Amino acid sequence: MAELTYRDAVARGIAQEMARDPDVVFLGEDIGKAGGVFKATVGLYEQFGPLRVRDTPISEQAILGAAMGAAMTGLKPIAEIMFSDFFAVCFDYIANEFAKSRYMSNGQLKCPLVVRTGNGAGSRFGAQHSQSVENWCMMIPGLKVVAPSNPRDVIGLLAAAVRDPDPVIFFEHKSLYPTKGEVPDGEIVDALGSAKIVRPGKDATLLALALMVPRALAAAETLKSEHGIDCEVVDVRSLVPLDTQTILGSVGRTHRLFTVEENPRLCGWGAEIVSIVADEAFYDLDGPPVRITTPHIPLPAADILEDVALPTVERIAERVRRSLEN
Amino acid sequence: MAKVEDRAPAAAAGLNDDIGEATRLRLYRIQVEIREAEQRAFDLFLQNLVKGTSHLSLGQEAVAAGFAAAMKSGDLSFCTYRGHAHTLARGVPIEKVLGELMQRDNGLMRGKGGSMHLTSAEHGVMGSYAIIGAHLPIACGAAWRAQYKGTKDVAVCFFGDGTTNIGAFHEALNFAAVWKLPVIFVCENNLYMEYTPIGDVTAVQHPAADRAAAYGLPRIVVDGNDADAVYRAASAAYAKARDGGGPSLVECMTYRHSGHSRADPAKYRPEGELEKWKARDPIKLYRERLKQFGIADNVIAEIDADVRRRVDEATEKCKAAPMPPRDILTKDVYADGGFAWRN
Repeated sequence: MAELTYRDAVARGIAQEMARDPDVVFLGEDIGKAGGVFKATVGLYEQFGPLRVRDTPISEQAILGAAMGAAMTGLKPIAEIMFSDFFAVCFDYIANEFAKSRYMSNGQLKCPLVVRTGNGAGSRFGAQHSQSVENWCMMIPGLKVVAPSNPRDVIGLLAAAVRDPDPVIFFEHKSLYPTKGEVPDGEIVDALGSAKIVRPGKDATLLALALMVPRALAAAETLKSEHGIDCEVVDVRSLVPLDTQTILGSVGRTHRLFTVEENPRLCGWGAEIVSIVADEAFYDLDGPPVRITTPHIPLPAADILEDVALPTVERIAERVRRSLEN
Repeated sequence: MAKVEDRAPAAAAGLNDDIGEATRLRLYRIQVEIREAEQRAFDLFLQNLVKGTSHLSLGQEAVAAGFAAAMKSGDLSFCTYRGHAHTLARGVPIEKVLGELMQRDNGLMRGKGGSMHLTSAEHGVMGSYAIIGAHLPIACGAAWRAQYKGTKDVAVCFFGDGTTNIGAFHEALNFAAVWKLPVIFVCENNLYMEYTPIGDVTAVQHPAADRAAAYGLPRIVVDGNDADAVYRAASAAYAKARDGGGPSLVECMTYRHSGHSRADPAKYRPEGELEKWKARDPIKLYRERLKQFGIADNVIAEIDADVRRRVDEATEKCKAAPMPPRDILTKDVYADGGFAWRN
């Protein structure tokens, strides 16, 4: 067991998979010699060499297209798109190409690749470098979508993503890079599509993803200590495949559902889950499901504005308390 | 076989016999097969048996034939929505192609892809891509794999003149040049992107070749209606790629005899332009070429008749083939064979 930062866990996860399988290759902007703009890939170029860790031009379409062509012909590429906002300039590959080629070819083509990307707010970077865009990918048939909240899960889910036969979009949260967590020694491999109950509770279920997981946990502590409300916090971890059973099981025990989402309100991942719960667990509910999200706005740069845009610990706790007291 | 004295006209015309009879007959056969199959696709469309859209290569056969004849079996083709020709040229059965156009269960992808997405991995046809420019970077990735594994396979990517003005073209050219990838970019310049002449919307005369210098590549323009010229350019590009010399960009000048797609009667063409190009019809040109090299008329006629018979047989098989079963609708979204996104 060792304490590791989330950013070091990224490098360890990639190294674990590259050491295991010589067909795993890694490409992206500034990922090699520079060690990544978030310093999440330090040491990989030195360990695996320039043939397997390749710096690219600022050409996001070339990065994802090349990853796809390599995956189709037998390699297992990991491609980095520096900021998830840049998906907008290479979205053809995500939406039209590697997501659909298996289906369109009637199963002849495969695209076992991973797209890693820095997602989310908190860096005061403004509207084009701060978004949470999991929902851009979640809606596309053929993709798998994961977003770890802690260093251990970074390694386990990254390994699962690399070993998965389908294209996986892997959202790393920029504000989590410096955070630390305990990580067991040796190989770590998770399964995609499993949510985790990170805090058991009996009064309400809080579903959260990535940066919203520690905030939901902190809100749960406040609610317990100040209001005696005992919340269960579920780290969704994987949006596709979605661990509906864990979610429905939790709602079945607590009878109240809150989603804590960083994305702007419309069509966030929580909307799909609320719809599932309404459809399949309506009579388990003791009150309306509540979505706690960023408002329907682009993100501002100023810290004082960005801080109030995202769901805060205080807003989460207040919203849960208000709902349960009504 | 042609007799030695029959070769006299070619020698007198100063023609180079570097290609050889077997390859010439193959080049001819591929072109005729594409012509007959594409014409049949058009006829079947008029009968409402080919549905959706289709983009024909009538008039552009020499490009597909020249590159296919110079390929090796491990080479990988990446096509556009105008990809029937390049798919057939790799030896994919006519029935499989027409079946897909007719959206039957015997089609290449059982009707799940359609005319614009012809794919036959076992023949090295790694897909036909309907988003302009998308497949140039993808071909780079296949070339990267060949380079990484040291296989000597080459990725070849066909596209139209319109593709040269989209970002992915420029990203891929630079990427391939910097990484010295074994990939060949083949621009089929048929003078029109869709309805608008490429020259009206492009800063240079040759939309591909005039950009080659920007990526440190030589400027290559080929007569795309002469299968021998295409074959020679293709052979040189494959040899360079296999030798570790990196990518090539080859611009083939050609002309499509039909409109952009089935919806286009091509009324925007100036009077006389089509006739002028039809006088340089690649198949007509190649028939004359074969005769110059002493190939007997009956050998040519036999190829024509054989191709026609095979297209007829394929058509009948497709007409008799069932439609795809509904249960394939939700298959092969994910690698487990299904479409499950939740437990």
